[in-house]
Amino acid sequence: MSGQTLYDKLWRAHVVHEEPDGTTLLYIDRHLVHEVTSPQAFEGLRLAGRKPWRGDSVLAVPDHNVPTDHRDQGIADPVSRTQVETLEHNVSEYGLRFFPMRDLRQGIVHVIGPEQGATLPGMTVVCGDSHTSTHGALGALAFGIGTSEVEHVLATQCLWQSRSKSMLVRIEGELRPGVTAKDVVLATIGTIGTAGGTGYAIEFGGSAIRSLSIEGRMTVCNMAIEAGARAGMVAVDEKTIEYVRGRPQAPTGELFEQAAAAWRELVSDPDARFDRVVELDAAAIEPQVSWGTSPEMVVAVSGQVPDPDREQDPVRAEGMRRALTYMGLEAGTPIAAIRPDKVFIGSCTNSRIEDLREAAAVVRGRRKAENVKLAMVVPGSGLVKQQAEAEGLDRIFLDAGFEWRDPGCSMCLAMNADRLEPGERCASTSNRNFEGRQGQGGRTHLVSPALAAAAAVAGHFVEPGQLEG
Amino acid sequence: MQAFTVHRGIAAPLDRANVDTDAIIPKQYLKSIKRTGFGPNAFDDWRYLDPGQPDADNTGRRPNPEFVLNRPPFDRATILLARKNFGCGSSREHAVWALGDFGFRAVIAPSFADIFFSNSFKNGLLPVVLEEPEVDELFQRVHADPGLEIEVDLQAQAVRVPGGPTFHFEIDGDRRRRLLEGLDDIALTLQHAHEIRAYEERRRQEAPWLMPC
Repeated sequence: MSGQTLYDKLWRAHVVHEEPDGTTLLYIDRHLVHEVTSPQAFEGLRLAGRKPWRGDSVLAVPDHNVPTDHRDQGIADPVSRTQVETLEHNVSEYGLRFFPMRDLRQGIVHVIGPEQGATLPGMTVVCGDSHTSTHGALGALAFGIGTSEVEHVLATQCLWQSRSKSMLVRIEGELRPGVTAKDVVLATIGTIGTAGGTGYAIEFGGSAIRSLSIEGRMTVCNMAIEAGARAGMVAVDEKTIEYVRGRPQAPTGELFEQAAAAWRELVSDPDARFDRVVELDAAAIEPQVSWGTSPEMVVAVSGQVPDPDREQDPVRAEGMRRALTYMGLEAGTPIAAIRPDKVFIGSCTNSRIEDLREAAAVVRGRRKAENVKLAMVVPGSGLVKQQAEAEGLDRIFLDAGFEWRDPGCSMCLAMNADRLEPGERCASTSNRNFEGRQGQGGRTHLVSPALAAAAAVAGHFVEPGQLEG
Repeated sequence: MQAFTVHRGIAAPLDRANVDTDAIIPKQYLKSIKRTGFGPNAFDDWRYLDPGQPDADNTGRRPNPEFVLNRPPFDRATILLARKNFGCGSSREHAVWALGDFGFRAVIAPSFADIFFSNSFKNGLLPVVLEEPEVDELFQRVHADPGLEIEVDLQAQAVRVPGGPTFHFEIDGDRRRRLLEGLDDIALTLQHAHEIRAYEERRRQEAPWLMPC
């Protein structure tokens, strides 16, 4: 018998019951909750006269609808306000752990879970949010669920699941300077496609992944869903254990050492077999920019907008033409000639302290370009914001003409007031470039924090190393 | 949940790959705290020429005459025909609610995104996976005869075209049974409550840092 993959180990440790056809009742350790996908779940629970099975497994926070400025004035939009108030009412009725909007610990649910030690290696983690895959960076099995499943986990602490196939994305070699975790995952999606991971749980491995920090691994796992995989994960190593040590909700003392010993087992065995293995050469990865309306539509910053006439597959070619029309781009245009109107640095993909440092290093001593109407930095949590301010990063951004905001999902999906106007073009560190994602008619280019910062100061896409002055 | 056995209806051809859930129901409509009322805003950006507002009346808005669901008889469609990777992106179940609220009972495509696929079963919307050439043929037949009524039979796991071919599809046994009978998932799971408690007891010994004392 061959060895077990990390996914096998995580799966087996959480089996409560298995049906003859393989459908499995899987136990859930951590349930993260936000205001958008939970109201109907709590209502269902209430109507059925049920209570949460294990309320202590829940951590709730408002993030999608919260304003990123003038927070002291509350939420202006009455519909958004109702949704946040509904969450407040629900957590209070059932006595669930909750960080309200003005709490220093509030932030994007996928930033605060690891930050608080609420998500740990070896856990099953779910949230009514597709970017739950983020938490797999800690060696956890983490995936997004729908609202019916949110209600199901609240009521039973379990989910019915069928086992996914396993995929290893192995990236060996050294990333060249200026190439970040975001470029790694965009290049991966560009290679396997947005449906390439459908039906799979992806483990990211290889020396290039091991060399990434835990925050970098979170950026990679975050976008596993953009490759179609519900879950992305990275094996535990000493970086993982040191990341978790001392976090507010992590175990302490003897219990931590006991846990750490178990966590060190959370790696794929050397003889483990995967259903599919994809290999990428780290040294060949260049800084990426998306040009279209699907995250697989990416190209190197040094490249140009591709030509649909050269695409063999007619459905795909039609998709490319539609994307170019929507994006207002012509085939053959150099990426470096594309000029954004707005720049957004934030989201569950890229709003952690290392992301802000990466952007600030590019911005330091420079000014936002005239053609960029707005460059905004939205930290992932109140604690990230506090840390950044302690390091003086806020001054670097403010001195360059950027806006320095309060934490939330913000312009990644534009449910609050932060959004693009029709036709506006944005260099964004977020995760989706779908039509209308950042505002109806808005045009999104997905990039790393370093590239977003460089675009803000140059007024067009450019590699940070090529900036003047 | 509404059970699904056999359904016969008009199929609307939405000839696009990678239809994402942001397109099915744009984010501004996710602010609702209800499960219903999303139908008028299904495919909102494609369906209307003017912008809409959450919780607002949509009757005075300008429909986009080019969009398939605005063209008779597809405005009465109950089956949606689409290309691969349907329902990708955000986990929002609102996308399934919006399709159901519009009147759809089934979506036929060569492939679906995982989260959308499982959300569909929780709401009596049947996602049917057919081979790409089969989906191609359905597109061609619907283009040739827009009023064509297609039959989707979950019991027999078959899509039937009147006077045309029958295509077979497969849904795993457990999901099929639950949808055929319209069962409440949570009540079924709670029949395993003793096993859940036994698991928790075992975990408390093996991994005490995961469980409250």
